[in-house]
Order: sequence, then C-alpha cells, then structure tokens
Amino acid sequence: MLLLEQILNGLLVGTYYTLLALGLSIIFSLGGVVNLAHGAFYAAGAYTIVFLSELIGFPSAFVATPILVGLIGIVVETFFLRRLYTKDPILTLLFTFGLAMSAEQVLRLTFGASGIPFSIPEFLSGQLHVGSFIYSYYRLAILAVTAFSIGGLWLLFNKTSFGLVMRAGVADAEMVRAMGISIKPILSLVFAIGVGLAAVAGSMSASLTGVQPAMGNDIVTAAFVICVLGGLGSFWGVVFAGLLVGILKGVTALYIPPAAEGSIYALMVLVLIFRPRGMFGIRFDRLE
Amino acid sequence: MSMKNTKHTISRRGLIKGSVGGFVGLTAGALGAPAIIKASDDTIRVGHITPRSGFLGTLGDYGFRGVNLAVEELNAAGGILGREVDLFSEDSVGSAVAPTKAQKLIEKRKVHFLVGEISSGSGGGVMATANRLKTMYMQTGCNSDALRGEKCNKYSFHVEAGNTMYTKTIGNWQNRAGNVNGKNFYMLTADYAFGHDLARVSTRFLTENGGNVMANELVATNTPDYSPYILKVKAAKPDFVYINLAGADQTTFLKQYKEYGLDYAISGGVMDTAGFWAAGIESITGYWQSLWYHGMDTPSSKAFAKAFTEKYKKPPENQAWGDYIGVKIMAAAMEEAKSVDPAKIIPLLESGMEFDILKPRKGHFRKWDHSLLQQMFVVKVKDKADMQDEWDIFEIVEASPGDSENLDVIQPTQSENMCAMG
Repeated sequence: MLLLEQILNGLLVGTYYTLLALGLSIIFSLGGVVNLAHGAFYAAGAYTIVFLSELIGFPSAFVATPILVGLIGIVVETFFLRRLYTKDPILTLLFTFGLAMSAEQVLRLTFGASGIPFSIPEFLSGQLHVGSFIYSYYRLAILAVTAFSIGGLWLLFNKTSFGLVMRAGVADAEMVRAMGISIKPILSLVFAIGVGLAAVAGSMSASLTGVQPAMGNDIVTAAFVICVLGGLGSFWGVVFAGLLVGILKGVTALYIPPAAEGSIYALMVLVLIFRPRGMFGIRFDRLE
Repeated sequence: MSMKNTKHTISRRGLIKGSVGGFVGLTAGALGAPAIIKASDDTIRVGHITPRSGFLGTLGDYGFRGVNLAVEELNAAGGILGREVDLFSEDSVGSAVAPTKAQKLIEKRKVHFLVGEISSGSGGGVMATANRLKTMYMQTGCNSDALRGEKCNKYSFHVEAGNTMYTKTIGNWQNRAGNVNGKNFYMLTADYAFGHDLARVSTRFLTENGGNVMANELVATNTPDYSPYILKVKAAKPDFVYINLAGADQTTFLKQYKEYGLDYAISGGVMDTAGFWAAGIESITGYWQSLWYHGMDTPSSKAFAKAFTEKYKKPPENQAWGDYIGVKIMAAAMEEAKSVDPAKIIPLLESGMEFDILKPRKGHFRKWDHSLLQQMFVVKVKDKADMQDEWDIFEIVEASPGDSENLDVIQPTQSENMCAMG
C-alpha cells in the first residue's frame, strides 16, 4: 500500500522533473547548446512570479513569467550564444557556466541572500483524499501544466511548419540554409522555449521550496541526469526518464532514505553502461 | 572536434578571457573579497569565515553582516587596543574548502583570530586548522556537540549553542507541558555531521524522558521534494514530527508539510529564524527553541537590532547576533588582557570573564569545554494577526535556564560530552 502510494506520488513528482529536463533537452538537441545556466532561468522564473503575483495576481503572473524569461533567453541567444555556434562546443558550455554563476550573484545582489516567502495561492491549496491516499491540489495542478506543456510541445514540433524547419535544422542545417530558410530566428525561439520551460518549473516550485539565489544549482543537476538517462534528442525519452526518476526517488525514500537523492546517479551509471546514448538517445553525427 | 572557422571577429582566446574574467570578477566582488592588505602591523586583523553559497548561504549572509557591523562599531569607538580593526571575510563554500580558507586567513592575511562558520562539517576542519596554527577561533554557528566534546581544542571557543543545549531548552519545556512522556516522535534528520549529532542527543533526551522515537529518516541536504517523507509520516501517525534539518531544508520541509495539510504537530532539535521567515507565517506553528531573537527586550539587544536594521534595512537573525558577539567578545578580551597573545587571552576566557551577550544574563565560557554559558529561549509562533511586521514571527515565552537556575543546566555534562583538552 505504502509502495503504491510512493509510486503514484513519484509519477506526480516525476512530471515536474520532466518539465525541467525537457527545456534542457530541447536546447541541446535542437540548439546544440549545453545550457549550464538552466538553473539560473529556473530561479529567474521563481523570483519573477513572486514579484509579479503581487502586481497582477498569480494566474496572470504564471502566464507572463515564462514569456518574460523567454524574452531574456532570446536576448542571451542573439547577442552571445549565436556567436559561438560555429566554434568549439566548449565555448557555449563555458559561457553558460559563467552565466549561471553571474546570474546567481545578480539575484543575490538584487534580492539579498535570504529566502523570500511565497505560499501556494489560496485557490490551489488543499488536498484531495482518495481513500487513504492524499494528493495536494497544487501538485495536481503542476501535473496538468506539465501535461499541457508536453502536449503543446509535441504539437509544435510535429504539426507545425516551425517544427518542421526545426527538425530539419537538427538533421542538416546546411541543407536548410541552402533552401533559403534562415535558421537564426528558429534557434532563438528554441532557446527561448527551453528557458521558458525552466521558468515555468521555477515559478511552480516557488511555493514549494525557498526562493533564494542558489535555488537553481542542485535542481539543474537532476535535469541533466534525466536528459542523459532519457537520451539526448529523444522527446519521449526525457518524458519517460523524468517519470522514472520521480518514482525512483520516492521508492528509495521508502526503503533507504539517505540514498534517495543519490539513487538517480546510480541509475544513470547503470543505464549508461548498457546504453551509452541513454535509454532512447539518437545518434548525433556531430558528436560521434 | 576541429576549429573550422577562421573568420570570426572575437578571438576564442579573447572570449574565454573575457567571460572567465567577467564572472570571476562578479563572484569575487559579490562574495566580499577580502580588503586589500595593509602591510603594517598596526591593525588588528579579524578573519571571518562563513558559507556564502549553498543551503547555508542565507545564514552566512547574516553572519557576514553581523561581523561587518561589529567591526564598524569597534572602529568608530577607537578600535581594539587603539589599533584599527581590519576585516577579512572568506566564503568557506563547504567542508572540503573551509580548512584551506582558514589556513589562508592565518598564514597569508595574518589574522589575529578567526570567527564564524555555520556548518559543523566545516567548523571541525577550521577548529583543527586553528589549533595547529595556534590561532584563536570563535566558533559562532556550528551546533554539533562533538566540536565541544571529542573534537575540542584549546584554541577554539563556542559562542553558538550545541545540540544538547537546543534539545534541553525545548525538551524541558515540552516535558513540563506533558508532551514527551508516552509520545511518539518521527524524526527527519539532515544527513551530515550536524544532523547525526542532533538526532543522537535528541533521541537520548526524548527516550530518557519517556518518549518513543518511531523512526529517524536521514535526508540528504538540499532535498527539493519532501513528499515521500511526508507520506511516510502520514502512514506512521506520530504525535510529533521532529525535524533535525538545517538551513534552507527547514524552509522546504515546512512549506511542503503545510501543502499536505497533515495534523501532526511539528517540533525539532533546531530552529533557524531565517529559515522560518522564508517559510512564511502560514507554514509555521508551535513552540521552538531560539538562541536569541531580535525582539529581545534588553537595552543592548535593542541597540544592536536598531543599528543592524538601520544599516541593512532588515532585522538581524540569530546568526548575525552570533558573529557580532564573537567579534565583540574577542575585542573585550583583548582589551582586558591588554594583549593579542592567545597565551594571555585563553586563560582569561577560561577564568570566567563575563560578557554582555545582549541577553538578560551575562555569559562566560565554561573552562573545560569552552562552551559559552548562556541563556536560550523558548519561543512561540505568533498568530498572523499579532505580527507587527513580516519578521515578527515569535514571542519569547521563557528563558532557559530560568533566572534562578545555574547556567549550565542546559549544557551537556562531562559524561554526556567528554572533552579532554591537551
């Protein structure tokens, strides 16, 4: 009974991890950028919703936050990342690493090092009791948001011409250019969508953890593990891996609590031994 | 991977230099890089070490502000022994880095004493370094009893209260209220030195007084999601959930516990005001133990709170009190000894020199383990309606020990925490 409860709860929590990892995966698969600053955009999302909610209420702030952070993403991509695409991949990695450090300090300087209180909005608080199982309405809302995002992204990638160009660009950027289609705005949008997803995850976690400058550090590590587990380049791989991680943490917490956080790394090692590209990873010519 | 492109405007080397330089500069500046050294021997140099990042970073920031205020006040009053006071503050980062930073402060900056640290893991390393390099260290934030016990040394003094003190303060209160004997406790413990130590002394106290510890779950620091543990608490149906969590983890747990709306009362072996502020008044309830509180009604306490609030636009947290007091104690001791030599200051402290520690009763160090004999306080979370401002979350219920009790009533005994200083 307890195990079932942890598994179901793990699925719920897993959807949240999926959202975080999806943004990272999209930026890598389609943009070719290892975004070590993903946690910074996550934190930016949290801070943005805390302050915007006071001005325009939670629902509007929730919609506005990823858009605003996405805009910051476009600026970052246009003025910095774009210059690094044709160069050694280590440079984008270095840049995003530096960006992550700087962003944390900017947040610290602007808002202080103390955690800012932020509660679950009234209309989302409370719990759903199903027999002896208990689910918080807020997490069910997170589930809904994530499902909606995953569905929306899938539609975007597979049913729109934007998505078509994007997927073509991943397969063969030269050919796309040769056909007279500019890939630059596509890449900007890809980055914006990726960091926008991080911001959504951040804004949803503002009520569940402390909103403080270092909040993005550890969470982005989990996102990377999920991307690697699911396999870079695989949309559904990341979704699956996110859910798996959620369940794994819950079940490990049930039986071996101190190992709960570390269990995902053990799983990653195990998976990589047997499937070096991750569970559903595709082959990237430029990396192999 | 080949470098194909030759026609770029910014060279790769230039970009690396720029971005690395940029972020190093930003981080160094923001982390409070040590001031430029004055080459002379005219100044008194204070070495401050505290985590400025990670789950203890918020508390470290308060500590940093506390020492800055202390040094500012000392200099405004003419310095120590007529000499200007210079502050060098380092980010200890974590227990692997802290001893190195301590060594750097002592050997390169030539500080006269060290003050600070919060993590018991780091504090142990700093204590060992201070002892080895024969420099005094005022430890102001590490709760682990082991630092005062098996790891004690001559050069280290403890301003922060140890886990036993925290436990006995709230424990005695809860015991008198009938909340220990026959009650079931479900513990959540931070999985590092501090947490293990606190779980040990809490379990000892609770079981000695008739309580039953149902479980002790070890939780990694920086855990973002407590839902698995909250579900286990729900299944166990305890009388109390007892938290031994540190820093930001307190905030995360309290928020998520509120999210699940469970009825079981929360208590714990530790309480950081900053963590409770961050959780928000809606997420906190009950009686807790506190080392100090900015609402304390003594003249010197109010003066400190006022000066801090004026300077930093927010009230001081206990960690600010600790680091501030650590510096002030050393200053007073140096003045009294008319010397900066540890050989003169240590015996002075051990002889029971009294200090105004911004509490109703003065404090002095216990000779055999260098623990500061001081009052702690039982506090109660206020009703939201009674809050004067966003930081006014507690009312002080009583001082522990009480006015007529001996100050070492809440301290560990020699048999509980033996310290044999060489």
